[in-house]
Amino acid sequence: MIVESLTGKRILITGATGFLGTALVERLLRCIPECELVLMVRPGRHGATERVKRDILRNEAFKQLRVACSQTDETFEETIKRRIHAVAGDVSIDGLGLDSAGRDLLASCDIAIHAAATVSFDSALDDAVEVNLLGPKRIADVLREVCSPAHLVCVSTCYVAGNQRGAAYEQLITESPFFVKVDWQYEVTCARQARNNAEQNSRLPKRLASFKAQARRELGAAGRPALANKTESLRQRWVKDTMVKAGRARASSLGYPDAYAFTKALGEQALIETRDGLPISIVRPSIIESALVEPRPGWIRGFRMAEPVIAAYARGLLKEFPGVPEGIIDVVPVDLVVSAILAVAARGPLHTGPDVTQIASGSINPLKYAQLVDLVRNWFIKHPVYDEHDQPISVPEWSFPGRGRVTKQLKKVQLLLETADRVLTLLPLRGRYAEMSVNLDEQRALLERAKEYVELYGAYAECEAIYQLDRLMELWETLDSEDRANFCFHPSVINWSNYVQNIHLPSMVVQARLKMTANTHSKKSHSHTDRRRLQVMSPQRHLAVFDLENTLIASNVVASYAWLATRELDDLERVVFTIKALKEIPRLLALDRKDRSDFLRYFYRRFEKAPVDLIATECREMLSDLLIKKSFPQGLRRVREHRQAGHTTLLITGALDFVVEPLRPLFNHVIAAEMDVKDGCYNGHLLSAPPTGESRYQVLLEFARDHNCDLRESVAYADSTSDLPMLEAVGFPVAVNPEIKLASLARRRGWLIENWSTSAGTPNKLIPLAPRQKHRTCHS
Amino acid sequence: MATQHRHTPRPGLVLEVDRSTPPVMFHHGEGFRLEKLPPGRSRVIYPAEPKTGIADPDNAIRQALLNPIDEDPLPSLMRPSMRLTIAFDDLSLPLPPMRRPDIRQRIIEQVLDIAAEAGVDDVHLIAALALHRRMTENELRHALGDRVYDAFAPQGALYNHDAEDSHGMVTLGYTSHDEIVRMNRRAAESDLLVYVNINLVSMDGGWKSTATGLADYQALRHHHNVAALQQSRSFMDRHRSELHHSNWRQGAVIDAHGPRIFQIETTVNNNTFGRSGPLAVLQKREWEWTFKDRVSCMAMSKSLKVTPPAIQRAIFQAWRAPYELTSVQAGAVEAVHERTTENVLAQHLVPVEGQTDVVTMGLPYICPYNVNSTMNPILVMCLGLGYFFNLYRGKPVVRPGGVAIMSHPTRPEFHPVHHPSYIDFFEQLLAETTDPAELEAKYEQQFATDEWYIHLYRNSYAYHGVHPFYMWYWGAHALQHLGRVIIVGGDTAAVRRLGFQPASTLADALEMAADVVGSQPTITHLHNPPILMTDMA
Repeated sequence: MIVESLTGKRILITGATGFLGTALVERLLRCIPECELVLMVRPGRHGATERVKRDILRNEAFKQLRVACSQTDETFEETIKRRIHAVAGDVSIDGLGLDSAGRDLLASCDIAIHAAATVSFDSALDDAVEVNLLGPKRIADVLREVCSPAHLVCVSTCYVAGNQRGAAYEQLITESPFFVKVDWQYEVTCARQARNNAEQNSRLPKRLASFKAQARRELGAAGRPALANKTESLRQRWVKDTMVKAGRARASSLGYPDAYAFTKALGEQALIETRDGLPISIVRPSIIESALVEPRPGWIRGFRMAEPVIAAYARGLLKEFPGVPEGIIDVVPVDLVVSAILAVAARGPLHTGPDVTQIASGSINPLKYAQLVDLVRNWFIKHPVYDEHDQPISVPEWSFPGRGRVTKQLKKVQLLLETADRVLTLLPLRGRYAEMSVNLDEQRALLERAKEYVELYGAYAECEAIYQLDRLMELWETLDSEDRANFCFHPSVINWSNYVQNIHLPSMVVQARLKMTANTHSKKSHSHTDRRRLQVMSPQRHLAVFDLENTLIASNVVASYAWLATRELDDLERVVFTIKALKEIPRLLALDRKDRSDFLRYFYRRFEKAPVDLIATECREMLSDLLIKKSFPQGLRRVREHRQAGHTTLLITGALDFVVEPLRPLFNHVIAAEMDVKDGCYNGHLLSAPPTGESRYQVLLEFARDHNCDLRESVAYADSTSDLPMLEAVGFPVAVNPEIKLASLARRRGWLIENWSTSAGTPNKLIPLAPRQKHRTCHS
Repeated sequence: MATQHRHTPRPGLVLEVDRSTPPVMFHHGEGFRLEKLPPGRSRVIYPAEPKTGIADPDNAIRQALLNPIDEDPLPSLMRPSMRLTIAFDDLSLPLPPMRRPDIRQRIIEQVLDIAAEAGVDDVHLIAALALHRRMTENELRHALGDRVYDAFAPQGALYNHDAEDSHGMVTLGYTSHDEIVRMNRRAAESDLLVYVNINLVSMDGGWKSTATGLADYQALRHHHNVAALQQSRSFMDRHRSELHHSNWRQGAVIDAHGPRIFQIETTVNNNTFGRSGPLAVLQKREWEWTFKDRVSCMAMSKSLKVTPPAIQRAIFQAWRAPYELTSVQAGAVEAVHERTTENVLAQHLVPVEGQTDVVTMGLPYICPYNVNSTMNPILVMCLGLGYFFNLYRGKPVVRPGGVAIMSHPTRPEFHPVHHPSYIDFFEQLLAETTDPAELEAKYEQQFATDEWYIHLYRNSYAYHGVHPFYMWYWGAHALQHLGRVIIVGGDTAAVRRLGFQPASTLADALEMAADVVGSQPTITHLHNPPILMTDMA
């Protein structure tokens, strides 16, 4: 019956790139041979047709269909071309942003299935309002405008019932006794207003200053462009967070678990109020999860609601999750939802007006929270996830605490980690220690996410409404046995333990890329680093550019100055010098943190009146006593390996050229700060801006241009975020002994991280003073 | 002083270990281990006690200069307009560095006085360091004294030999074996080259002083190679050493085409750690230890264990040995060297009968290449399998296929300034192979001609890029001879990288040796330093 009534129909589907939409497209193409699909998608960069190909048809759900096509005369591509029409459109715009061809296509549709929604549980209030609240109304408006006879099947959610307890019936939202009537139009105005307010607030001078300060904290002295970029992205994030919070607050004030359910409820209301005779059916699924049978058992798209929670649990991260053990987790496999939607579409609109059909499991075949937890736990005991040391992670026993307690515990740990992180960030850590802090940072991020799950999904786990399926069952009764077999949506077909343990979890762990086997070859665990290293050393690279301080040498401009300045001093003078220097350190550090190039200019004034000849001689001695002693042998070796591999090697440093002069034979080219000379003495002024931060990037660009080097094929080594412009400019950035900020950036971006150290066996030297020159004048 | 010379110094000794033998002291880097050796099948070879030093060294030197062997007295060789060059052994001799005044200072001051009396003003002093690292100002001052340093260094007349200065080297000719002979240009073009040597072991001196000390890589490679070292049995025994044969052939070319050489050779006694003082216990035989010795040894051992390696190093590297001059002879190179060698052997040789299955050695904190520096794993290999193993005349103390057990912490520590090429040699090359011949064939040339290493050799204080290869070749004869090498108490990874087996205790090491030499092997312990050289017919 379903096949017959849908055959030959032209069906509009919105939201086809989503989990449910993809399943719908697949099922219609495969099971209703003669129907045509009009897929309305946001065109993106590549246009609607290309997007349909990339984001929908390439999904593994279509594997079965591709196989089936290969056995017929028509190829998959030909079938697609014949049966699918892609239309560029956007439900968040009035009129859907359609062109006239698009409107014509819509006008020709017999059925419209509106599955587009922003299901993200942390979407901003106004985004949710535009898509979820106004989306259905906009579709209806356009269908009416183009005089389409189409039956609009609108996908909503069971959770429009809100946090109510007990039976939730398949009735229009406005008919529910628990529905708090609000003016949806005013809600739309207020949501848009809230966005404006947030945008304005984010631009208050005080707030902008705090974003800037935060950017500096995260990036350090990364140069003005990088800092400006970061500041702007922080501002945008703040606006988004504010809007998410606004959504949650408004939803909870009206008794909804979150903005999604809230906007969906108002969307239903808006649709009904403005439908103006349009034939409408509403289908409300509960939580949609991986497929029971079709297109293949366990098929899922994206990382959905329960998965992050389960993954966090399997990783040992989430030890407790709120919920009552006897509570019902209302989950329904995606293929059941698809069948129910198609059954409603095939049945057609009811003459009595808009109708509601719920597809859920809670009332007929409930899955109890305690049962789910047991199933998940037992499965992970048998199939543990492995940690980075290839040790199986044991899953904790669940104690079903209240939400408040879990949140409090998580907050406590989070506060501890945050404090530890803040302290670590303040310390001048590098290399392995910095990575420790990055690990801590990652733990904190995971915890942050866990906390969000608890806040968001905890509300769902605590929902005690039981979604009634009377209409669905009525529909079921009308199906013949063939339909029941091919388009089954009866919740009682689900065997929960089979579904959870044999279908959902095995598929989910693949989807979540959990590590389910221990690496027996220890080498494998380093493979990322090794692979990266091979890429970096590949003969195809053009240029290898190095920073000096803390990248090749554990020293800095202050140390080399101190060495040179104390060369001629006697013991007492050295003590005075050291005390003076120590006193000045905080000020210098602050200046350096603020702007590297200002710091260098200021600091280099000290070389005023230093005789050029004497400095040259002393610098030769300093090569051994300071530079080589403080060097990282692996770093120097890397420079030489690059040269041997035929790469051009370049040192760009803010250090003075005479200081690095003895290192010149190591590199093909050296670019360093140069100081003006007057009457055989340095005058303390630099000839041009020192090559640090963004000017280092400029210097690199110019060098690459002059020497015909492709920066995408080049490698850069640096240790600090002040070198970010340079690192980002090349194809193969390497973070060497990164400070915390760079370490976390590098880790996130998958850059090669090298931890190089000075040679064990280097004589200890706490303060970089030159060795006493004995008896220089003793015979006089 | 009289109390120090209570008895005539006793010769070396071979002690058969029985149940009553006290634990034996093993050097262990900057520390010591007391080890019980299995009774009934072990023996310990002790060095001779320090021979009595010359009471008036300055006079002895003067006499040697005035009455040289097969050569005219030094004053008669001087004339005002001549070019005089004084070359001297570098800081690798003696070991540890000796207390001031250093022998070189005593000799050079007298040579300079004679030159001054004769009105010679063109005088250069060159540290004959071949491919060793340059000596620092402080090290030169220690070896030559402040007076000499201040008089010559500021004028640029006292400096380190630079084997990579293409203009500063000359070719003197080729030997009968087609070996090139190269020499420092200033030395080669001098009217007289006075060479001041310290013969700590019998390998030193003779033509090796000038043919090696003032040469460059091109010349050195003819005898510093795996084949020559494997044919030197041992390189401490000049007459059976291919290393020396080659040097002597080069010496003949120097003799014919080079400058006139006035060779001054000296020997010192075995007074390495002092007859009294904190380290005196190290040159006493264990059964003669007093209560005070035991306490001081225990206290030293315990406190060193809790001292960080860098401080341990600083403490030991500060030790200056109270060596005493036992002989000084001057004149023609070969005649002088014969006399010198006799004097060295008189102090070092200990007659030993029969080879054993296992040789054990406690390796100390110092070898010729880590004075004021860090003893790295490659130097550990060189000290044990190069120097200690080769301190024999006749036959090695361990049988072919036997086992060497060495005790040393073997930390993977390197001095970045002194040993840069060692770091790369250790981390890159040894990871690939430990076979000396393979290393020589595949990588020697690359390291020897590496521009960065050459830059550091010339301008910093680095051993030449090729030097770690020589260290490895130094042990080539031992590697060929031995069935297994075990290091006790060493860093496991570093020991494995060297191609040896790590053991945490001597008992474990002996257990491991059993695979190769059976369960009841005979054992010989070399109680060195102070230095001893076994003599087995």
